[in-house]
Amino acid sequence: MTTPLRGAVLIQDTPRRLPWGRWWIQSAALTYVALLLLIPLAVIFADGLKDGLVALWQSVSMPIAWAALRLSLWTSALMAAINAVMGTMTAYVLVRYRFPGKSLLNGIVDLPLAIPTLVTGVMLVVLYGPQALVGGWLEDQLGWRIIFARPGIVLALLFINFPFVVRAVQPVLQGLNRESEEAAATLGAGPFTIFRRVTLPALWLPIASGALLSFARAIGEFGAIVIVSGNIPLRTQTAAIYVLGEVESANRQGASAMSMVMLSLAFLLVLFVDWLRRRAPKERLA
Amino acid sequence: MTALSEQTRPADPAGPRPADLAPSGSFWRRGLLIGLVIAYVAVLILGPIAGLIAGAFSEGFAAVILALSQPDVIAAFRLTVFIALITVAVHAVFGTALAWVLVRYRFRGDRLLNGLIDLPFAVSPVVVGYMLLLLFGRTGILAPVLEALQLRVAFALPGMVLATLFVTLPFMAREVMPVLEAFGIEQEQAAATLGASGWKTFWLVTFPALRWGFIYGIILTFARALGEFGAVLVIGGGVQGRTETVTLFIFRALDERQYVAAYSAALVLGAISLALVIGTELLRRKERGAPRLF
Repeated sequence: MTTPLRGAVLIQDTPRRLPWGRWWIQSAALTYVALLLLIPLAVIFADGLKDGLVALWQSVSMPIAWAALRLSLWTSALMAAINAVMGTMTAYVLVRYRFPGKSLLNGIVDLPLAIPTLVTGVMLVVLYGPQALVGGWLEDQLGWRIIFARPGIVLALLFINFPFVVRAVQPVLQGLNRESEEAAATLGAGPFTIFRRVTLPALWLPIASGALLSFARAIGEFGAIVIVSGNIPLRTQTAAIYVLGEVESANRQGASAMSMVMLSLAFLLVLFVDWLRRRAPKERLA
Repeated sequence: MTALSEQTRPADPAGPRPADLAPSGSFWRRGLLIGLVIAYVAVLILGPIAGLIAGAFSEGFAAVILALSQPDVIAAFRLTVFIALITVAVHAVFGTALAWVLVRYRFRGDRLLNGLIDLPFAVSPVVVGYMLLLLFGRTGILAPVLEALQLRVAFALPGMVLATLFVTLPFMAREVMPVLEAFGIEQEQAAATLGASGWKTFWLVTFPALRWGFIYGIILTFARALGEFGAVLVIGGGVQGRTETVTLFIFRALDERQYVAAYSAALVLGAISLALVIGTELLRRKERGAPRLF
């Protein structure tokens, strides 16, 4: 991050470099962000707050809305927790061990980013749906219902967000100095103690930022969930699907209130992750 | 890719080091960890992919071809690609400009702007569509203006393009920014010293260096645009044959129990996105030998 700062100072000293100069490019870029991003966001906030905070609270605390929001929050939190553990484990295996198929596994980690989330939902229904081979067996033999139930929501969120923790932890783990781990081993610490006391403290920032980013994405997820959840109000209807229902039934108040709550959460989480990540690099390269 | 692109090129000056630290019992621990990770990936990711392939071909290859050659499906694919192409064209120009501004200039609020760019990753697509409805819908804020101009945005192509533009906003900037940062400005200064104009410097010096970031940004934008669903559903309405993209067709086909058609279209859409992303990555690795995914 030091190069661009130095570069910026130099650029200002040099005479105009591009034909239209700094002013035009900067205005074009800022207008583009304002038109695409800021104006629509402002409109939602204005509409959500139009009738005051009390009305907003009333809309969100209606039983169906409240159940939808709670479902989105806890399924996302559960996903983020599982993702933090499995993502860290995957990163650890990819960095520390060599085994056949390792580069294939490394490539598979990115697959969920390339697959449209609606397609993800379809895939899960095809495999784990009640009429499908695996899903039917699980339901008959074990009584586990996955699709059109809450486990399906968590499963879809796990699929979609798998890369985030792995890709946040992997480079940090790779750049980690192994000397402290070796020192701990020399002093007689067992492998688990070494991981918990030496390795993990160095990784908590990337784990947290990866898990939080996936949490933020999961709260608003729609494409995969609308296919796998069955959308039963009060039971398997998430916040995003609730908004869709309100939009379709032209209930502007309900849609705006829930949208605003979701937007505010996304906003805070994204800025917080951004802040976390900016703290990271100094400690990383020991 | 926010999280990913900035952090990926790990510095590993010592090169790969011997893997196992503690010798005792490490064979079992290692096997257990690797086994767990592979099982997780198989259940979560590979199984469902295999399931979709099997599901699409459950009634044979001919049924897939028949399902995909319905006029509705062809119209949906054409509309989807058209929207994605417009999106890519807009972001290629303005996303690069945005990356340039964020890397090269300091101004008030630049850090906030840098954080805000990632917002579309976290905003629910349904909310994106709804925002546009509030602006351009029948009772929207801009409705009188649109009426005066005889323009139709909601439930028409322009609205769907806007929704896709919003959702794909971060990709271009996030791919170009790290490359631009790493490139620095020394070579541009050299070119300027030698008398090249700003425009010439950009095309002959800066742009070639940015090429892979630029191409990768375009591919990711395109792939993401192909798969957009929630925002396009809300603002476009999914009118069969008119504002129905591939994702909307899949959704309707599932609803109407046309399973083979839904699975086939989903398979083709997923395969196109995958091929684009993997293909670009292979190309880039071949050219640079850099082990970097996203």
